[in-house]
Amino acid sequence: MLSKRLIACLDVRDGKLAKSVKFIDTRDIGDPVEKAREYYEDGLDELVFYDITASSDKRNIMLDVVEKVAEQVFIPLSVGGGVRSVADATDLRLAGAEKINVNSAAVQRPALISECAEAIGDQNIVLSMDIRRVERNKEFPSGYEIVINGGRTPMGIDALEWALKGEKLGAGELVINSIDADGTRDGYELTLTAMLAQAVRIPVIASGGAGKPEHLYDVLTTGKADAALVASMVHYGDYTVSELKKHLHDQGVKMRMSW
Amino acid sequence: MFPDDEIVSALPRVVMGETLAVIIDYDAGNLRSVQRACAEIGLEAEITADPERVKQADRVIFPGVGAAGSAMRSLCRRGMDVALKTVIDSGRPVLGICLGLQISLDRSEENNQRTLGFIPGDVRRFRFDNPELKIPHMGWNEVRVLKPHPLLEGIEAGDEFYFVHGYFPQPQDQADVYAVTEYESEFASAIARGNYFATQFHPEKSGRVGLRLLAKFKDWDGRC
Repeated sequence: MLSKRLIACLDVRDGKLAKSVKFIDTRDIGDPVEKAREYYEDGLDELVFYDITASSDKRNIMLDVVEKVAEQVFIPLSVGGGVRSVADATDLRLAGAEKINVNSAAVQRPALISECAEAIGDQNIVLSMDIRRVERNKEFPSGYEIVINGGRTPMGIDALEWALKGEKLGAGELVINSIDADGTRDGYELTLTAMLAQAVRIPVIASGGAGKPEHLYDVLTTGKADAALVASMVHYGDYTVSELKKHLHDQGVKMRMSW
Repeated sequence: MFPDDEIVSALPRVVMGETLAVIIDYDAGNLRSVQRACAEIGLEAEITADPERVKQADRVIFPGVGAAGSAMRSLCRRGMDVALKTVIDSGRPVLGICLGLQISLDRSEENNQRTLGFIPGDVRRFRFDNPELKIPHMGWNEVRVLKPHPLLEGIEAGDEFYFVHGYFPQPQDQADVYAVTEYESEFASAIARGNYFATQFHPEKSGRVGLRLLAKFKDWDGRC
């Protein structure tokens, strides 16, 4: 039976680890390569790097980080943040990323998804969606809206509609990131996650809001997610990767327990 | 007296103090992750798109992700199908990974493509009764060893490997199936015949257990 996955997300700015709280206040918390290695050895199932470097002339720093991590971490490595073209995706793949996350640029130009899928394979394109809760109405039948620019720019697109479109265009996986829950440590957005997970056939990764082991359990069961993404709860040492996996395993969630 | 060239090229290069391991490049996926994992276990493997280089190699890794149709076209255009057949016939160790495994069978339902036919069987698309099962089969899953093989040594109950695929192999002859994995029903996740061994999972992305399999391949003489 397929295991549920525990994924750690490392936000990287100028080659250093950062964690966003509600996407606004970010601070450095260490060396991404070291952290990646530590999590890998502790049984992490998959790694995501998100490049939040502001200036484009510093983007090569990210390629260096990816390359160093790929040399010593032998689990799937996914990289996103600022991917605007097949060339960006290919550069990251050559540096060692397995999967490429697309987000804002795909919302602005959906063909990016199909172009990348064609170039590097459907299963390697992850559509990352930043989503906020809105009033359910004609424009937003699901009650959720797609936002970009770290949550600052609402796009007037219904989240469910975008998820289905992304799948159709060739995304191999979805990241469902709740802007409302992100950084709160109050738990994932279960309603949103379950709704999207049941609407698509591709795997779904829940993101935003994890603070306690129970939150992971909830999103992998009630929330129907295939994978749970964590950040601050492991970065600051509140929990270790293996503790979280053991907790889930003990609660009856199928997890990979030997590594 | 020197034996003629043909015989020399079939001999392992160990006698000359150096062996050549290659990873076949046919525009089908991220070969550097395979190369990096090999480096980690001390196997320096060269990525090559040159069929002559493949024919000279002492051991060959045949990876790949993507679709069967374009992969076959790309292989044949380069003459890599012939090179691979030469290596397999010579008894030198070959490791297929993921799409490499799939196109080693006779036919794939993906693009309804006739494939290399090194091992009898075909490749089918996952179809499930349970609508909650996702396609592709993506993530970590248990590999249950059915019978011993040098490359599967050390795998214990509960060991999991990383998979990403929407189609699964169905060898005709059960004797070629060495390990199985369950995704609604069981499918062949490691197949082998003689000096050819292949996995549906990605050893290069499967942490310690995957690296161990690659290390076993590094030392394998092609017999089982």
